[in-house]
Amino acid sequence: MTSNWEIVIGLEIHAQLATKSKIFSGASTAYGGEPNTQACLVDLGYPGTLPVLNQQAIEMAIRFGLAVDAEISSRSVFARKNYFYPDLPKGYQISQLDLPIVVGGNMSILDGDGNEKIIGITRAHLEEDAGKSVHEGLDGLSGIDLNRAGTPLLEIVSEPEMSSAKEAVAYMRKIHSIVRYLEISDGNMQEGSFRCDANVSIKRFDQKELGTRAELKNLNSFKFIEKAINHEVMRQIEIIEDGGEVKQETRLYDSDLDETRPMRSKEEANDYRYFPDPDLLPVIIDETYIAYIKETLPELPNAKQQRFIETYSLKISDAEILTATKQLADFYEAVEKIANTESQITANWVIGDYTAALNRDDLEISDAKLSATDLAGLLNKIADQTISGKIAKEVFEAMWIGEGNAEMIIESKGLVQITDDSEIETIIDQVIENNPSQLAEYIGGKDRLFGFFVGQVMKETKGKANPKKVNEILKKKLI
Amino acid sequence: MMTIKEIQNMTLCALKQGMKDKDFTSLEITEVLLSRINGLGAPLNAFITVTAEQAIKEAKDADKLIVAGKDKPLLGLPIAHKDLFCTDGVLTSCASKMLHNFIPPYDASVVKNLKASGAIMLGKTNMDEFAMGSSNETSYYGPVKNPWNLDLSPGGSSGGSATAVAACLVPAATGTDTGGSIRQPAALTGITGIKPTYGRVSRFGMIAFASSLDQGGVFTRSAEDAALLLGEMAGFDDNDSTSVDVPVPDYLGGINQSIKGLKIGLVRQHFDAGLDDDNAIAVKEALNVLKDQGAEIIDIDLPNIELSVPTYYVVASAECSSNLSRYDGVRFGYRAENYKDLNEFYCKTRGEGFGAEVKRRIMTGTYVLSAGYYDAYYLKAQKVRQLISQDFKKAFEKVDLIAGPTTPSPAFALGAKMDDPIEMYLNDIYTIGANLAGLPGMSIPCGFVNDLPVGLQLVGKHFGEKSLLQCGHHYQQATDWHLQVPEQFK
Repeated sequence: MTSNWEIVIGLEIHAQLATKSKIFSGASTAYGGEPNTQACLVDLGYPGTLPVLNQQAIEMAIRFGLAVDAEISSRSVFARKNYFYPDLPKGYQISQLDLPIVVGGNMSILDGDGNEKIIGITRAHLEEDAGKSVHEGLDGLSGIDLNRAGTPLLEIVSEPEMSSAKEAVAYMRKIHSIVRYLEISDGNMQEGSFRCDANVSIKRFDQKELGTRAELKNLNSFKFIEKAINHEVMRQIEIIEDGGEVKQETRLYDSDLDETRPMRSKEEANDYRYFPDPDLLPVIIDETYIAYIKETLPELPNAKQQRFIETYSLKISDAEILTATKQLADFYEAVEKIANTESQITANWVIGDYTAALNRDDLEISDAKLSATDLAGLLNKIADQTISGKIAKEVFEAMWIGEGNAEMIIESKGLVQITDDSEIETIIDQVIENNPSQLAEYIGGKDRLFGFFVGQVMKETKGKANPKKVNEILKKKLI
Repeated sequence: MMTIKEIQNMTLCALKQGMKDKDFTSLEITEVLLSRINGLGAPLNAFITVTAEQAIKEAKDADKLIVAGKDKPLLGLPIAHKDLFCTDGVLTSCASKMLHNFIPPYDASVVKNLKASGAIMLGKTNMDEFAMGSSNETSYYGPVKNPWNLDLSPGGSSGGSATAVAACLVPAATGTDTGGSIRQPAALTGITGIKPTYGRVSRFGMIAFASSLDQGGVFTRSAEDAALLLGEMAGFDDNDSTSVDVPVPDYLGGINQSIKGLKIGLVRQHFDAGLDDDNAIAVKEALNVLKDQGAEIIDIDLPNIELSVPTYYVVASAECSSNLSRYDGVRFGYRAENYKDLNEFYCKTRGEGFGAEVKRRIMTGTYVLSAGYYDAYYLKAQKVRQLISQDFKKAFEKVDLIAGPTTPSPAFALGAKMDDPIEMYLNDIYTIGANLAGLPGMSIPCGFVNDLPVGLQLVGKHFGEKSLLQCGHHYQQATDWHLQVPEQFK
């Protein structure tokens, strides 16, 4: 059904900046405080109060701009976006309209076929977040929590250049990765620190102009973005194929029902009456400052990925996974430095067992008991053939729950690999002797049974026999 | 030696000297003035709140410090604050029903600065609602009356502060000036009023009307007092991004220096039709006095000045429409009682909480910022504002100060202009330019027309307050217009 249609997606990502205090006041930005305990008079919009710009937010916006090869505006202006809502204390949101701090820029992603695709970044501007209305558990009343009011946001607007939900997710992941590398946002999607609105439209392949778009609001997980966009695309296709017209409107994605529903149409859209905020001076940024910040930028995911491929001869997809977060990349490199295993095998362990264990226990790298040195110690036991890869998995699990380092665990559990040929031979002889019917079948041409014998040997040795040697000796014996 | 009987007529400088000489105490001054405020002065309706108890306590504390030999520039001197400066724990209403119950939990920077310098607050003065008005008739608490004739308006919006000083209820008071709200009432009540350069005085805690134009200032009996008081309230404030980090000069030091050679520009456009003939004569006579003291009078042009009123009403209304959005009944202030949904809650709260003039300006401002009208009104007004600023800049290449009338005519009757907003707005025709260009402006009494005071306006260069004060002081050395007190309030 979708094959006749070209999908056009643009994203507006809101990244909450990791400043200590709010963008225009000294109140804390920490998440999860008792309602209204982190809102000062400025955040409450008290009469007579005035905004004072947090310089850290400017620095973070510049870091982002430089990381996506954008232009940093030498002069940017804060404007007021006027509308009434109970959780918007001043009756206007301070944002940037005509003169945003970051202009232009781009981000490369891998498209559906695994090819590089460049997505343009139109702009990124600074703004303050609103508070939160609370409707539950208040006996039919509505509550307002202004802790979030005034939290700095960087709104990153892309060009409408993504052509599938998967690409949109890939782009979103890349931006997510970048802001975390830059340490300008914690990227916590559950807490709403990283969310997006998606502009979605469709058009026939031969059609020049873009179709009418719908804006999907407040998508706060990678899974929902993909589902919401896919759902919306199907909805639009059905409308047009039934001879209808897509309406320009804002729609809300309901993750429980997996559907989007209208929030407001173009006609109902607010006239925000933007105008420059007279309480704030234009932000003037000079070249020296930009150059200074440029020097402090860390190695970014794309560069790191390239370096991993070149230095460690990793598969592209593995290098991408390892560099998705700075923490994981740093962890890999720390292990790689000490481990004597091949780089790709080290990568397999970090991406495989290690990441799986983190996910299973819902831990961050910094919270895990197993350090990079520990993991490297384990890998070295594989490299020097003390244990097999399979036994290593058992040792890993013991290490994960803090039973000690690799050496201690191998010792205490008696897991040292049997590499002595005569010892293995004795066990093999016994296995062959105990399984005459399988031997007959094998000789009769059932080659698959070779694996059966290997398995039996490993069982006898509780997995400690060197698998390579088992194979070699068994092959000789069975001829 | 001064006696207690004369306390009410005295300047800040004289009161300070009197306390130092032990002629009287801060408590005695405070008690005399409080009794005037609550007695003789009560019909003027100049105050919204009188903070007698607090004032007496502060005066006693000040006296103790004086006895102990401590000195602060304003120690023990009583003043009043316009009711839009936030005062910790004291009602700050902006003369609006919307804030009739608003007790701020903090002091405005101006209030804080003056308190730190030792000043004592006697109360909060009446004003036009949210400083929107030129006659003090838009106050929720009723109009203020002009002490020279109780049927007349004292001007606005800082009418309460001006009247309180003119009727000798207090020697000095703070005010704010967005389009003339200090200078016009100062002129119409016969006292000295100065609005400094935009950014000179912190706006933090000063409830906003139009952020790019609002500026705090003072009403006093003399230019010398204005110098003293302004010096204490001015200064950079990191809570206000538009306050300017330029050191505050010693305004009093050198105020006696000769004005010989001072170049004063006379704006041709200010003497066009619209200016009352007798008012024009008073202003020209005042300039002759300055000429006698060695100033040089030079004719200048401000070609775009006639556009200042419409420009002002677009810019100020636009800003106020946004600034006043926070009054929604959700967190503070007036809240309507019966409503069926959020929309009605807003409509009723704002419909009932704001007066007619405030609503008019919110609607005007909303209109000029609307999609499709923004360019034609707001943007154009900003461009004209630039032109007006440039006119001033050019003029100041030739002169040090610009002089002219403060208002077109003396005080008008209460009610006379309430039905005609345009006529009311034109009262600020000579004062608005300084706000649009961010320049300091001062009005000093320069005579009487029909037994009513009129003012001479002086406009200076950016941060040129010192030469305004110096010029005003010299004029007041040669004249006694500023010493006149309405018969009823002597």
